[in-house]
Amino acid sequence: MSIEISHVGKRFADFVALDDVSLSIKAGRLTALLGPSGGGKSTLLRIIAGLERADTGRVEIDGVDATRLPPQQRNVGFVFQHYAAFKHLSVRRNVAFGLEIRKRSKEEIRRRVDELLALVHLGQFGDRLPTQLSGGQRQRMALARALAVEPTVLLLDEPFGALDAKVRKELRDWLRRLHDEVHVTTVFVTHDQEEALEVADEIVVINDGRVEQVGAPDDLYDRPANEFVMRFLGPVTQLGDQLVRPHDLQLTTDGGDGVPGRITRVTRIGFEIRVEVTTADGQPVTVTLTRNELLALGIGIGTDVRLRIAPNTPTPTLPPTPTLAPAH
Amino acid sequence: MTSTTLVPDRPAGDRRPARAGLPLTRVSGLGLGVAMVWFSLLVLIPLAAVVATAAEGGWAGFWRTVTNEQTAATLRLTVGTALLVTLVNVVMGTLIAWVLVRDHFVGKRALEVLIDVPFALPTIVAGLVLLSLYGPDSPLGVNIANTRIAVFLAFLFVTLPFVVRTVQPVLAELDPEAEEAAASLGASRLVTFRRIILPSLIPAIAAGAALSFARAVGEYGSLVLLSGNLPMRTEVASVRILSSVENDNPDSAAAVAVVLLAVSLAVIVFLDVIQRRVVRRG
Repeated sequence: MSIEISHVGKRFADFVALDDVSLSIKAGRLTALLGPSGGGKSTLLRIIAGLERADTGRVEIDGVDATRLPPQQRNVGFVFQHYAAFKHLSVRRNVAFGLEIRKRSKEEIRRRVDELLALVHLGQFGDRLPTQLSGGQRQRMALARALAVEPTVLLLDEPFGALDAKVRKELRDWLRRLHDEVHVTTVFVTHDQEEALEVADEIVVINDGRVEQVGAPDDLYDRPANEFVMRFLGPVTQLGDQLVRPHDLQLTTDGGDGVPGRITRVTRIGFEIRVEVTTADGQPVTVTLTRNELLALGIGIGTDVRLRIAPNTPTPTLPPTPTLAPAH
Repeated sequence: MTSTTLVPDRPAGDRRPARAGLPLTRVSGLGLGVAMVWFSLLVLIPLAAVVATAAEGGWAGFWRTVTNEQTAATLRLTVGTALLVTLVNVVMGTLIAWVLVRDHFVGKRALEVLIDVPFALPTIVAGLVLLSLYGPDSPLGVNIANTRIAVFLAFLFVTLPFVVRTVQPVLAELDPEAEEAAASLGASRLVTFRRIILPSLIPAIAAGAALSFARAVGEYGSLVLLSGNLPMRTEVASVRILSSVENDNPDSAAAVAVVLLAVSLAVIVFLDVIQRRVVRRG
């Protein structure tokens, strides 16, 4: 149930949403399309679903050319950010919709809907209307509705974007575990790098209508292909000419090698301490430490320290970039 | 089937209707009082007076009046044509609303404004317009004066905006993603319209139909010139009421009025019932 996208382009009037995108999404995996909003990732998802038509290029689902197929014939499950619930139908009827369209027997529909409602933990909510559910419950209903037709691929467009932080985290864990059970090829769109890193088997970073990098979460985090990916996937700071993650920097007070500087600010955010060091030539560098590390070093504002990159830090080889503002 | 766990759900939306019989606060009591007095003065008392007048001649008198050959003919014509016009409006009004909301074309704004013209125009002016266009001196060569088609056309003209204006805002608020979801679940455009869009529009269509019917049943000004008011042929109920009053027969006028009242009420209740049923069935 793989998806092959080759040379897909899409314009909206003057705006280039997708610029010659080629991508291969592996069967049975959970793939995240990650990128800033307006970068084209939702457009790509909608093109896979047939809800949008590509201007150029070709989409293959499970070996079948789907470029010209209407959405009805693609057998994809689609989950929308704002649930797209059928408001006048009960939760059961929402989930049953695709099966009723396929003219399955009443008995089969009843059994299958019961199964799915149990799967998404909405067993006792079947007779409610969608408006009587919370956001998280509605999204689970939408997921059950999409899974009901046994889609070849499951597509989710910012599925947790409209939910509050706590529910979002719960559903994220739950989606991961659900995928481990159901194993349907799943593609979800997100602009939240933490969500992508936590949930996905594979991440596709999309920006400005182009694919920046494709890889496993660790690959992308440790070996970003370019500065954009490095910046997008996590915090960065700059030491000299080198772009580096703040937690990959070490502080020492006992001299030795390293770049000398003085601590100018200390901010605590929960378990993490953010230390700003201004180097001798005036460059502000951010270092993150744990509370214990800070206490062990016995440092504070005004302390003279030396900065160096921790050994074994995967240092990305980045193409030279002319103008760079420090990130933090 | 699954071993995934999740924080147990609390039923959301566990909304209970306010309990009946709770004492009203002073302000809401006053508000309710004012509303009831206003409603009574404007609606309930006049209607009761009409019913009382109609009842003066007793049941036999009432029955004799409404089964009078000429009166019965006007009632049949009025109610029948109003039903037909309402039916046409349900289809055409929904279609026009659809075009106005979903399509983009040159002159859309102008059309938006024009839709309301039949509603805003004084009905006698509408009558004059229809007479000069479809009367004996028709520049189009279409003369429908003194025919039942004139009644039908006049009803159509004045009731055009009702369904359009009730359906339009509801259609504009519909979630296009629900239609996309239906499509990706395999529903054809026709099935999506019937099962997803239409149920959401039914309450608005029913409301528009009720308004359209009520307006048609009582229409006078727009048809009085073109229809010729021929007894047994093109005379409508409102004209019949007027002539009864002019002939110093207020009981007969009231009897016809009560029939119209009952029919309107029945249609409104009927539309409400089918609307609920359709919405529930989905």
